Amino acid sequence: MRRAIVTGTATVSGVVLLLGLKPHSDTPLAAKGANNNFTITQSGAQGGGQPSSAPSSSSASGSSGSSGSSGTSGSSGSSGTSGSSSGSSSQPGSAPSSSASGSAPATGSKTVTGDAADTRYGPVQLAVTFSGKKITQIQVLEYPTETGRDQEINTYAIPQLNQEAMSAQSANIDGVSGATYTSEGYQQSLQSAIDKAGA
Amino acid sequence: MTLRHVEPVMGTVFSIVVEAGAGGGELQKTNKIDKINEMDESRLGAGIATAVARLHAIDAKFSTYREDSAISRMARGESVERDSEVAEVLRRCAEVEADTDGAFTAYPAGRLDPSGWVKGWAIEEVDRILREAGSRDHLIVGGGDVQAHGEPGLGRPWTVGIADPRQQDRYAALVSGRDFAVATSGTAERGAHIIDPATAEPATGFASVTLIGTRIARTDAYATAVFAMGPERGLEWAQERDGIEAYAVLPDGRTVETSGFARFLVG
Repeated sequence: MRRAIVTGTATVSGVVLLLGLKPHSDTPLAAKGANNNFTITQSGAQGGGQPSSAPSSSSASGSSGSSGSSGTSGSSGSSGTSGSSSGSSSQPGSAPSSSASGSAPATGSKTVTGDAADTRYGPVQLAVTFSGKKITQIQVLEYPTETGRDQEINTYAIPQLNQEAMSAQSANIDGVSGATYTSEGYQQSLQSAIDKAGA
Repeated sequence: MTLRHVEPVMGTVFSIVVEAGAGGGELQKTNKIDKINEMDESRLGAGIATAVARLHAIDAKFSTYREDSAISRMARGESVERDSEVAEVLRRCAEVEADTDGAFTAYPAGRLDPSGWVKGWAIEEVDRILREAGSRDHLIVGGGDVQAHGEPGLGRPWTVGIADPRQQDRYAALVSGRDFAVATSGTAERGAHIIDPATAEPATGFASVTLIGTRIARTDAYATAVFAMGPERGLEWAQERDGIEAYAVLPDGRTVETSGFARFLVG
């Protein structure tokens, strides 16, 4: 039964990072379309260790990330500046920024990149960090940004979904009503990451 | 043992959770029960596969995004062979339209689009197929609409979060129940997308409105209608409707609910 999924699987203790998007951005996104990835990685992760974590983030260019951060739920979700973003895991026992740079295996933490899910609004792709079977972090690598509408939606929906994925278990929530749209690609990509991790 | 499946279909995601086995716990320690559970599981797994195929078949016929679907062809005025399922769906839409004094319609933008009924009905189809496969406890979520059957654990009801339309990191409320349906209509994710047939303008009176009922197709269609009616008329309509409860988040953040809603609230 490896088809575990968001609602119900993630035993997560720390709520993590999330996105630093500003609620209303009137600046059009720089690189429209194709590879306009909004990448957030753990600060230490790029240094060496963690091979699987996503295309390097440095060029997340002028996109809305510059507008400062909105950490959620008391966690250390400082994903502020564009490009070199930093979000440190709030999971107590596992890999805070430092340990990621060396060899990761000590803590058994690994990051798996989910398949890019094609939605009719554009691709959605996540990278999911596991500590054992726990999801400790979800990074959104790519999401639809074609229009201002998309941005607005994703500003809302992605953190919502992250929250949902992370908190589902602790709150014992079996399903969510009212989150419809971006969830398609999000859940699809999350599922594929969970499948790959064998968690 | 819990069986889970997630399927991207109909422009959204359906997730299916089936609780297999008789409540788990102590009982499962005997071999005999294990065997029975194994049989149940493969039957339920096959049921899930059948249900997923059904969803894709419904999409192929009813999608408004597929040029070649029966609905798209009808909407373009092409002649289409008579189809009993299409006829049934249109009949249901007409019923809801009558129930809601026209606040729900299969022609929301003047063009044939029965999606407001079809998604919920598709969820009900999954529910039906799973029951036929022997499931007594399952939860189906299709694009934010929920149909629950039975319970996830002995004596424990299903819990459903209602997404907060205004605050991205919270639920507006948690509700729980056994055989029930939850549908939310709102502007948060898709903007002002529900057209009030009375004015032909997008409805904006709610941030979101959630309806609880027993069957999701009707509950979902009613949620769309209540949203279009707006708070004043919509909540009064829901209040008078047997078997329907409503919970609304208004644009200024206030919440309003019908008198029977509280019994579903958790905490």
